[in-house]
Amino acid sequence: MAADAPKKLLEPFFWTLFSAGGVVAALLMPVHIFLFGLAFPLGWLQDLSHGRALAIIEHPLVRIYLFVFCALPLFHWAHRFRYTLYDGLQIKHLNEVITVFCYGGAIIGTALAGYVLWSIP
Amino acid sequence: MTPHEKKGATQYTPYHPRWYRTRVSTYWWLWKWYYLKFVLRELSSIFVAYFVVITLLQVHSLSRGSETYARFEERMRNPLTIALNAISFFFVLFHAITWFNLAPRAIVARLGGKRVPDILIAGSNYVAWLAISATVAWFILR
Repeated sequence: MAADAPKKLLEPFFWTLFSAGGVVAALLMPVHIFLFGLAFPLGWLQDLSHGRALAIIEHPLVRIYLFVFCALPLFHWAHRFRYTLYDGLQIKHLNEVITVFCYGGAIIGTALAGYVLWSIP
Repeated sequence: MTPHEKKGATQYTPYHPRWYRTRVSTYWWLWKWYYLKFVLRELSSIFVAYFVVITLLQVHSLSRGSETYARFEERMRNPLTIALNAISFFFVLFHAITWFNLAPRAIVARLGGKRVPDILIAGSNYVAWLAISATVAWFILR
């Protein structure tokens, strides 16, 4: 019973992050992938110069935006991927390993995002 | 002894007959469009995570200087990367559409004692999506 208590507290917490990440991924990610993943590399649009891109990213608000853009969708991935393995492929005997891999990955990714975004010269 | 008992999947329950559970195939979701759609929607999360990684690589190479950034851009022009990005784009679109269509189930809004119709809630999500996408594109391209 006692061992269940932290689990019951964590589940809604991770679900909230999953949900917030789902909103961020739905609203913002399509336009980002379209521009940076397709339109610029394929030459449909004039690519941003290094100076211009750096000027955009130097603004603190843009960095906060990018931090949210990276961190929340990572938790969205963690939650969904965990349950895809659980329900979809019925990998239930590795439940603990998968949980640690997914949420741990999201936490490490968030820390990396913070480091990368705050270490811009 | 049945295979179920060997695995310990079923345990003795007092005053109750032993539970009967049929084994579900690992590929249960393949045979019905509705289930396949569910699994594809869940798999979209992999592409969401992929693009987070790309974004972080881009920011990292940007801060390392113009030469590193040029190398990043070169790698983004690789046909394999473009193919992966195109697939990711469709999966993320699929995520967005299914997410907005589910919003009326999650948000039960009432206005003047009446429930706001589903189409209005989903519709406002789509309008916000268009407005936000246009703002982001304007900010980057201006």
